[in-house]
Amino acid sequence: MSVETVSGSLGLGDRQKLAYIASQAADARLNVELETEGMTLNIGPQHPATHGTLRIICRLDGEQVVWAEPSAGYMHRGYEKLTEVRTFPQVTSLVNRIDWLGSFANEVPFILAAEKLMGIEAPPRAQHIRTILFELSRIANVSLFLGDLGVQMGAVTPVFMAFRDREYVLNLIEGATGGRFHPNFDRIGGLKDDLPKGWIDETRGVMRKLRNFCDEIETLLFGNEIFQARMRGIGVIPKDIGLQYGLSGANLRASGVDYDLRRDQHLPMAWDKVDWKVWTHPDGDSFARCWIRLMETRESTLIVDRLLDTIPSGAIMAKVPRIIKVPEGEAWVSTENPLGEMGYYVVSKGDLGPFRVKIRSASFNNISIVPWVLRGVLVPDIITILASLYFILGDIDR
Amino acid sequence: MISLTIPYWGQSILRVVGGAVAVLLPAGTIVYLFLFKMMSFMQSRLGPMEAGPYGSMQLFAEVGKWLQKEDIVPEKADRVIFKMAPIIVLVSTFLLVAVVPFGPDAYFTQFDAGVFYMLAVSSVSVLGILIAGWSSANKYSLLGGLRAAGQLIAYELPMVLAVVGVVIQAGTMNLQSIVLEQNGGSMFGWDGLGNPYILTQFIGFAVFMIAVQAELTQTPFDMPIAESELVSGYMTEYSGFRFLMFFIAEFATAGVFSLIASVLFLGGWGIPFSWFGWTSVDSIDNWMNVVGPLIMFTKMMGLVFLIMWVRFSYPRFREDQLQRFAWKVLIPVSLVNIMVTAILKVAF
Repeated sequence: MSVETVSGSLGLGDRQKLAYIASQAADARLNVELETEGMTLNIGPQHPATHGTLRIICRLDGEQVVWAEPSAGYMHRGYEKLTEVRTFPQVTSLVNRIDWLGSFANEVPFILAAEKLMGIEAPPRAQHIRTILFELSRIANVSLFLGDLGVQMGAVTPVFMAFRDREYVLNLIEGATGGRFHPNFDRIGGLKDDLPKGWIDETRGVMRKLRNFCDEIETLLFGNEIFQARMRGIGVIPKDIGLQYGLSGANLRASGVDYDLRRDQHLPMAWDKVDWKVWTHPDGDSFARCWIRLMETRESTLIVDRLLDTIPSGAIMAKVPRIIKVPEGEAWVSTENPLGEMGYYVVSKGDLGPFRVKIRSASFNNISIVPWVLRGVLVPDIITILASLYFILGDIDR
Repeated sequence: MISLTIPYWGQSILRVVGGAVAVLLPAGTIVYLFLFKMMSFMQSRLGPMEAGPYGSMQLFAEVGKWLQKEDIVPEKADRVIFKMAPIIVLVSTFLLVAVVPFGPDAYFTQFDAGVFYMLAVSSVSVLGILIAGWSSANKYSLLGGLRAAGQLIAYELPMVLAVVGVVIQAGTMNLQSIVLEQNGGSMFGWDGLGNPYILTQFIGFAVFMIAVQAELTQTPFDMPIAESELVSGYMTEYSGFRFLMFFIAEFATAGVFSLIASVLFLGGWGIPFSWFGWTSVDSIDNWMNVVGPLIMFTKMMGLVFLIMWVRFSYPRFREDQLQRFAWKVLIPVSLVNIMVTAILKVAF
């Protein structure tokens, strides 16, 4: 095609525009010549960085990601369906396996939804203890994240510190509930037991240790120049994109959205009884996400300390019938879990068990942004971005 | 007294074999245990405790475990090359030991181009790593092998340039002479400490240790292995005793480079000669042949500790950051160092 026909068909008289088109064509031809063959890299299902069985399909050009897509479902356990053949009290032992690192926090929203349907509320002491255990499971969850962050980037020491100090928190959870990982302690209308003797003093000491751990991690990892060079400005998620993809929790707060369900909604829990701060960060990059989690762990230890100061006396169980039948209706309750917003939409037909339960787990929505945020990054950055987004496989595949 | 007349080539072979058995095996065991215990204490745990008293036989337990494992070669791998790669890496490490002097007469070989030989042989391992990555027929291995090649070539240069400063100051490339120069030398007429080059060539020492860290592909320069991104990089497909070879090469190379760094910068096997009134290599007492290796070993432990300390507390760089660091920081710094050294050498 000659120059005249191009200008005729495009209706361009301007020589400059023609020169521009010609240069574009030359560039395109050069690009075709220089183009290297792409490579498809499967990160996972068995890969150390996906801590579980997540598979991320990447098209690479050299070490640059052209296209990426997470493929979930390798660990699907069908909890939504399983709840339909359980009675209401039995469901807690299922759902605390969703996010296995902060398992007590998974039980709470379901129990709250059931209580909402039945029109009962746990006594104040039970609400307090629930909130304390909720925050403890958040600390147990996020402290492992802080240690694991180092391993993802090749620093092996922080993870041992994390496991050392997380052990104290797990001991506390075990002391109160009898289970380290799967407490199954929440009951409709209250809690299974009261706190054991000496638990409160023990907890205060452990919270001090955890604050020291946070300081240690902050100096060892967050102050490190290499860590900052790897994290700052990498994987930036702007505010509006984060909201569009339905991010929640620390991932959203790191993008500057001041949104925390513990403060923004009124549940029968004890968060509004004490003072605490919601941390946000304007940057939205990987560093901001990690930093938010560090500050929140510290804040959680303070929340636990203050709740211990104000813990009321009284019953730990409301009056509930021996055989629990939840009246007909639908209820939605969500809470600010360690990984983000976790909610249950419970439909009851007045039977012993729920008719249908829809679980909204935080990680599933959080990794939905992976194709957007991974486009154009380098292979080493995939790991830091995935680490900073922080997902638990059980929370993706319910 | 048995008197034997052994030809020169026989002596060389005996020295090398004897050295490998007498120095490398016990040194390897002790270094391995020292490192594992040290790293465990840094990470608030006990480390190996079960194998032998206080876990001292851990190395043998692990070697035994690896030797039992099946030697798997992937179906699509280039079999000959795949099997050859770890041997090349290990051989390059052991060839390095050959030039290191351990005492006035305790050395395997000694020749005038010692520094040159050392630098040349140390880069042979790149070849082993590259062919390991390529022949595995695995995408992760390929990425790891290519990263390793880029990194090792980039850091070969600052390492050479750092050593040039020492060579200028000593006026020789013979490692034994460099040791003698340092211990027989004096600083501004005071010879109480000799003249270890770490004082005058501190920049060279720092650059050399950073380059060694990168040559060893240890954190913060471990992108080629990067177990959290590339699984294990070029080592991904290896198992059994071939993995063991890579593993031994990793620790042995750390030890050997520490030996070389102590020869170049810390005075090697020697103690300041003025303490005993020695003036030349012939006047050195014979017991230095026994004490020298021990001194050398102590210095090596110190430097290995430094390497591992950095390794266990730093996260890793990204590939482009690493290259930028080599070309924009280390190489200019070491070039300036060479220039200053040369000017001062002429001036004094």
